[in-house]
Amino acid sequence: MFKIFSDLNRKALLNASIAMVLVIVLVYVGSRDLQNFDAALIAYLFGTVFAVFGIMYRYSVWVQRPPTRLYWRRTWKFVFSKRFFPYLGFVITQFVKNILFQRFIYPRGKSRWIGHFLLATGCMLAFAVTIPLTFGWIHFTLLPGTTDIYVAHVFGFAVSKFELGGLIAFNAFHILNWCSLFVIIGAILMMRRRLTNGGLIATQSFQDDWMPLVLLLAISVTGLGLTFDYSFMQGKTFEFMSVTHAITVILFLVWIPFGKFFHIFQRPAQLGTNVYRKEGERLGMAVCPHTGEAFATQLHVNDLKKVTRELDFNFDMEGGGSHLDYSPEGKRAALAKAQFAAREKEGSFFG
Amino acid sequence: MAAGPDSNFNPDMEFFVDMQRCIGCRACEAACAECETNGQEPMIHVNYVDRAHSVQTTVQVCMHCEDPACANVCPADAIAKDGNGVVHSANTSRCIGCSNCVLACPFGVPKKMEAAELMMKCNLCYDRTSVGKKPMCATVCPSGALFYGTREEIRKKRPNSDPVNTFKFGAQTVHTKVNIMMPKGSTELRVH
Ligand code: HEM
Ligand code: SF4
Ligand code: SF4
Repeated sequence: MFKIFSDLNRKALLNASIAMVLVIVLVYVGSRDLQNFDAALIAYLFGTVFAVFGIMYRYSVWVQRPPTRLYWRRTWKFVFSKRFFPYLGFVITQFVKNILFQRFIYPRGKSRWIGHFLLATGCMLAFAVTIPLTFGWIHFTLLPGTTDIYVAHVFGFAVSKFELGGLIAFNAFHILNWCSLFVIIGAILMMRRRLTNGGLIATQSFQDDWMPLVLLLAISVTGLGLTFDYSFMQGKTFEFMSVTHAITVILFLVWIPFGKFFHIFQRPAQLGTNVYRKEGERLGMAVCPHTGEAFATQLHVNDLKKVTRELDFNFDMEGGGSHLDYSPEGKRAALAKAQFAAREKEGSFFG
Repeated sequence: MAAGPDSNFNPDMEFFVDMQRCIGCRACEAACAECETNGQEPMIHVNYVDRAHSVQTTVQVCMHCEDPACANVCPADAIAKDGNGVVHSANTSRCIGCSNCVLACPFGVPKKMEAAELMMKCNLCYDRTSVGKKPMCATVCPSGALFYGTREEIRKKRPNSDPVNTFKFGAQTVHTKVNIMMPKGSTELRVH
């Protein structure tokens, strides 16, 4: 019965606990001893704290896998070396292009990119607003003596004033509606793909592929519903909208560490692999003994020899060298030659 | 990506490859590009074995290894083997395009799509095989280099050959779901 405890990853548990405590401390300090904490958001706070714990746990387990650990170590060692400086511009452009705009999805399909960009932008913008609100880091008050001037407080300090009914107020109070709209359009575009593309239909599953889209759609529709309700329906459906919205958002938060949404935290590793390749190219390329052409960086080939060893694979050849020294084309040719030789030895090419 | 209960994958049908028969016509490549799981991109490899000295060509599909090197070396947990033993193409939201799998696969199978920063590979035409049909390539190969069917059928077709699914690459032994046709009595194929 206690197997679950012995199966827990100690290091990950420690990291996750530290992250969780840190968040709680930040909430406490950032909301000025909870004075600015909005008690109505307590359920969202619990969801977020759990998500932080879960994400950190899974992330820590993930970076312990041999291939991931190798990239992880290589990346940080490089970042803190003096050779990293020339790459700073490259990393920043890559971050904007490939993380903020996910441009690499475009070559996979135009609507695929538009759909995902809307999903991701809507969600990330919404996080940027709701997390500080939930943590009590931002709150709004009326300027004393007025009825239409709002003051925004960050960490308890008044940072800006704006007039009710003005452009800033409109956007500040409606940004989540824009986010919802983005996510709804994005989710519908993605759902359309999943309904019409034969390849996706054959390989998708409800839990991994449909659930995330359905959940995002439910969050956004009920979120928009809240505004719709108080704007046009005099709050008649408020109870329903607020409860379903809270439930779907909390499900989303709690599920991040386990399901598809974990990719949000895995993706930055893409930056690491791009830097790794660029730096590897500077150090020198590996040449395939069969084709005589460069096919990968020597750093990569050497690292893979180490990683495969750690994973209990051993491609070392008897006369020295390794099967991994061959390019993919060289490997295919080696297999074909070996099969041909066996047929030749047999004396009959067709059997 | 475990196969759901509605999957009609036929476990009696297997893939039998005899690359020595490949004539390099690339019909399989054209057929592969029709497969809906990879959208217009052929995943099968046809290439000259040693262009400077002979016109021999070879054809390579994913061998669907029992313990796939590609999945083991993937830092993003993007490659999964399902209950039918099919090793799937990279999970599109996870793959970070690092090419570990491209370099570690002993059969030289995965392809990195550079612009998309995504690995793609043969997944045994999962849209077809999961409903009991044959992979595209095997339906068009005119020379018999690619055959998909039962053991019974291949025994009749190739009485002087035996299917082999154990391969040796130096010190490494690899077992696969896909078979390669070898002279009768062979039990393994040593590559290096
Ligand atoms: C917070 C934000 C994000 C959300 C809610 C989100 C959500 C999703 C969803 C639901 C899918 C599956 C779409 C489908 O196939 O049905 C997906 C796919 C994907 N996501 Fe995200 N994502 C987010 C951020 C990111 C970021 C920052 C990246 C970064 C680089 C990223 C990269 C990808 C990739 C590469 C795919 C596969 C797309 C394809 O090939 O079709 N995501 N995402
Ligand atoms: S043949 Fe290569 S790509 Fe296919 S399962 Fe084996 S290691 Fe992976
Ligand atoms: S290219 Fe993609 S699938 Fe291949 S090892 Fe890297 S992350 Fe994994």
